[in-house]
Amino acid sequence: MAIQSCVDVRNEWDIVSARQLGRDLAKDLGFSSVDQARITTAISELARNIYLYAGNGRICIEPIEEGNRRGLRIIANDTGPGIQDIRKVMEDGYTTSGGLGAGLPGVKRLMDEFAIHSTVDVGTEIHITKWLR
Amino acid sequence: MLGEKGLLVERYEQFLSAYLSGRTEQALYKAQQFSRKMIEQNISPEEVINIHYTVLESLNGDIPEQVKDSFDFLIEVMMGYGMAYREHQILRDKQLALESEIEVAASMQQTLLQGEVPTVDALEIGVISKAAKKMSGDYYHFVQNSPDSISVAVADVIGKGVPAALCMSMIKYAMDSLPEQQNHPSIVLENLNRVVEQNVDPTMFITMFYGHYNTDLHRFFYAGAGHEPGFYYNALTDGFEEFTAKGLVLGVSRNTKYKQYEKKIEVGDMIIMLSDGVTECRTSSGFISRDEVVYLIRSHMHLSPQEIVDNVYAELEQLQEFELRDDFTLIILKRTV
Repeated sequence: MAIQSCVDVRNEWDIVSARQLGRDLAKDLGFSSVDQARITTAISELARNIYLYAGNGRICIEPIEEGNRRGLRIIANDTGPGIQDIRKVMEDGYTTSGGLGAGLPGVKRLMDEFAIHSTVDVGTEIHITKWLR
Repeated sequence: MLGEKGLLVERYEQFLSAYLSGRTEQALYKAQQFSRKMIEQNISPEEVINIHYTVLESLNGDIPEQVKDSFDFLIEVMMGYGMAYREHQILRDKQLALESEIEVAASMQQTLLQGEVPTVDALEIGVISKAAKKMSGDYYHFVQNSPDSISVAVADVIGKGVPAALCMSMIKYAMDSLPEQQNHPSIVLENLNRVVEQNVDPTMFITMFYGHYNTDLHRFFYAGAGHEPGFYYNALTDGFEEFTAKGLVLGVSRNTKYKQYEKKIEVGDMIIMLSDGVTECRTSSGFISRDEVVYLIRSHMHLSPQEIVDNVYAELEQLQEFELRDDFTLIILKRTV
């Protein structure tokens, strides 16, 4: 397995660093420019959530291989307040920041795989994966 | 999936090169039609830009670097639109699903609540009940307990739509379970009050007018629970009177007692029962008054009760520019013989 690269997210500039890291790795793996944009947008959203709601967290990105397919996995980790009702934040039309079409359901749609674990007062971990087509 | 998309790119290339060579309106029309095709196939905005770029590159090999790079920028800008678009599609599907669910619930409500209007010797009955939204919080119910008597209930849940309708269904079952007392309006209300008090959210109130008509005696017994007063038309004096039945709204306090009233009904007299959706019709010049409702009834009084209620509704609907703000129920009983 390839080595993870990580970016700590504390301020808005870190969001850009996380995007840059994601874009570089996606480009190296041979993702199309639209998929590159999807991956970086997803990273942006996750990093922004960390910055806005948790204040402190980390985005890690790693190329993965499974059988004969290759892809990119992004792991967003924070030690923030956690999410009370995951079903609710995964519902379309529900957003606390008044964003349009973004939020976690938007991230899920941009990617091929999406998993979320959250514990109140402990933090949230989100795994997303995009496979190379 | 990939094959379909390849096909799409191919068609896009055809249309674009046709346009670039002739710049005709016809080619642009093709593009407009093609966009519908792409929407059908769930092609997102950022994907369209990518297709455009791919096709442009294959049509014209040497695109300046700056233009090439600007497409990456454009794709990034379109990402937000793409996400909003996908969310919109999902919300639209959700809305359709919700609407059809409510449609089903509304038709269930219709079959549950709106029983038949009985035919009784010596009485003519007119009924109209319209929901402001898909489901109604108004309720009326006729019971013919014996050949010489009928009971009628008109109720209004404070509130509209689905919550009100759910509450109304409960009332219906509560009433079905009290058949013995149907001749005693005050007892019916006392029992219903207990049911509502015990089972309904304290923020929800129900008003009701309950009447019992004995066609042997031609007496009308009635009681009210905070309901919009009806009217009594006295044929002898040709005058309308308020049909007030004082009583507390259902569900406020457990041991409420209701006063029972009675009235002798003569040939040609009318009993008019309604919900506040009738008297609170809002027009551009404010609420209409109860006098105006009386005026409307009077102007159609030569007709049968059913025609009267239909006409009154039609005129009030017109006055409100066909926008019903509250559930509307109007019932007229007329002694004919």
